[in-house]
Amino acid sequence: MGDLYDSQRAMRQMRKAAMQRGVVAILDVGTSKIACLVLRFDGPEQFRSSDGVGSLAGQSQFRVIGAATTRSRGVRFGEIDAMQETERAIRTAVQAAQKMANVRVDHVIACLSGARPRSYGLDGTLDVSGGMVTEQDISQVMASCDVPDYGADREVLHAQPVNFALDHRSGLADPRGQVGNQLKTDMHMLTVDATAIHNLFYCIKRCDLELAGLASSAYVSGMSSLVEDEQELGAACIDLGGGSTGISVFMKKHMIFADSVRMGGEHVTSDISMGLQIPAATAERIKTFYGGVVATGMDDREMIEIGGDTGDWEHDRRTVSRAELIGIMRPRVEEILEEVRERLDAAGFEHLPGQQIVLTGGGSQIPGLDGLASKILGQQVRLGRPLRVQGLPQAAIGPAFSSAVGLTLFAANPQDEWWDFEIPAENYPARSLKRAVKWFKDNW
Amino acid sequence: MRSLIRRTSPDALPRDPAPSRMGYRYQRMMLTPGFRGTVRIGVPILLILIIAGSWYSKPENRAALAATIEETKQSFQERPQFMVQSMNVVGGDLAVLTEVAALLPSEFPVSSFDLDLEKIRADIEALDPIKSASVRVGQGGALDVQLNPRVPVALWRDGTVLRLIDADGVQSGEIMARADRLDLPLIAGDGAEDNIAEALRLFAAAGPLIDRVRGLVRMGERRWDMVLDREQRILLPSENPVAALDRVIVLNDAQDMLSRDVAVVDMRNTKRPTLRMNEEAAEALRRGNTTISTNEAGN
Repeated sequence: MGDLYDSQRAMRQMRKAAMQRGVVAILDVGTSKIACLVLRFDGPEQFRSSDGVGSLAGQSQFRVIGAATTRSRGVRFGEIDAMQETERAIRTAVQAAQKMANVRVDHVIACLSGARPRSYGLDGTLDVSGGMVTEQDISQVMASCDVPDYGADREVLHAQPVNFALDHRSGLADPRGQVGNQLKTDMHMLTVDATAIHNLFYCIKRCDLELAGLASSAYVSGMSSLVEDEQELGAACIDLGGGSTGISVFMKKHMIFADSVRMGGEHVTSDISMGLQIPAATAERIKTFYGGVVATGMDDREMIEIGGDTGDWEHDRRTVSRAELIGIMRPRVEEILEEVRERLDAAGFEHLPGQQIVLTGGGSQIPGLDGLASKILGQQVRLGRPLRVQGLPQAAIGPAFSSAVGLTLFAANPQDEWWDFEIPAENYPARSLKRAVKWFKDNW
Repeated sequence: MRSLIRRTSPDALPRDPAPSRMGYRYQRMMLTPGFRGTVRIGVPILLILIIAGSWYSKPENRAALAATIEETKQSFQERPQFMVQSMNVVGGDLAVLTEVAALLPSEFPVSSFDLDLEKIRADIEALDPIKSASVRVGQGGALDVQLNPRVPVALWRDGTVLRLIDADGVQSGEIMARADRLDLPLIAGDGAEDNIAEALRLFAAAGPLIDRVRGLVRMGERRWDMVLDREQRILLPSENPVAALDRVIVLNDAQDMLSRDVAVVDMRNTKRPTLRMNEEAAEALRRGNTTISTNEAGN
């Protein structure tokens, strides 16, 4: 268990180094686009003495000084498919962002949307026998969690303690210093395919960058597009991406569930492309200009030129009504949303006190999606946009950038993960000397 | 069927916006502040140094550079504004002037940069007859030399040589014979030149005796003897010799002492001035005394 987190710990160290240098890059590797933001940490609150979240939700301490987006290549379902292509796309984005920032970045925090995330709820118990709960106890109770066999080809991406309970009192955020007999913890662990992470690692290394953090895009888009009370009371964030749709459920400001549906906006585009016999680029264009999910009488009369360049006049002058386009798009969107509903049902979302569902991601910009989603997912559906962060260009404030913006928040104030706590004493080789000294004291 | 519109050739690859690996690395390197500074400032400086160094390493280039510098310097220094056309020596007699002229540049015009005025002045002041001198390049490109010659106040007989001595005790020349400078008093003896002031006071105090004074002799480097004609000497004390001389003069006025057969007036002990008479005068006095005593005895 102990050595599992060495790379995560190393990444945390790297993140600290990056904060020290003041410049860190954010990389959102998506199926349809790769976004890179360059953050500079030199705000007025950099040397704040008190802890906790600062003003403006802690965002006033950093500023976006470079932003670039490029069309993604070689990524399918949010996983890297063709490494060379992806590496080139990452290079394009990073170079453009560096050029805008006019500063060299060496550390990057990345997120990935696919890689078949799987959530596990863990719990652990520790007998503290009437003593005060120390940090060691917390790390030991987390170490005592029963970890299921999640498979050799998977890696832990997030492992966050969600809840602590001391005897009969539950819902403690920080039990340190309290006195009790039995300490329990609930932990949420998210595992993903190891190969996807390794591919991303490799691509970023090939770009001469150091990975300073890794996050699930469902998690970070929830952080950026859910407002505080939604995170507190319970809400689900649906990130409708290009190749996959991320689902994350938040409760008490902690992610308690995450999943992804391997369908997204590119599937809608390919449906249009196949249905209308047009190239994917044209399909993407007419989807973004004329797409929708609710047809009205007006849409029958609105004709869209879908064109072509075969030289055949009849073929190149084809038109299609908007109603037809909606007729192609709607079933796929419904399918995605129904799949999301299924996942949420499987996670037991209906038992949460809050039933808010927030749609974000590039796919949420389809007109009429909120109406369709409320029919499938429940009444409390809204469209979410990411938080405004300082210095973000106008082109990057749309819902398509919610995971990139969420990553900036993740970089600025990361939640405590398992590997941020102290290493339990029995696994820590440096403690052996202390134990030897203790043995001498006890026996002589 | 061929399409009507122009298409790009199928071989042409679609444009790739991605930078090449080397281009990407290059840009990252250029964004590194240290490297950027080195390239923007260090490399041009290095290049200039290399070019200058390789040019300078050839001896003919070095020579040409030195020649150019020399020529520029020369042409600047030889501008008419800086040329000294003539010289103008003021003060001092002819003998001194000839000596001084030997120290000054002989050929005119000469650039004022080539004249070391400080050295010329030092050389001139090193001459015996010159007390001080001022050398400057004055109006109209003339070298003005202002001489301030030493004024001799006494003659100092040093063995067989007669030296001219000024008030500071510095000799300013020699003369052949006493007759050349009868106006100057004569002093002699070891250490005489160090007490010129006292000697001059004594000469000034000599008053009525001055016509008879031959000179002053320093005795034992501590006191003076005033030598008069007819081989007379006045031995003065080392302390307060002028007062002693005044007493002698008063005695002389009252009793016409020095016109008698007195060889030495010894004033070394001021409480008891002593006279020493000539040999013959002493004989005569002794004889007279005997005559008187015999006469008394005879009576």
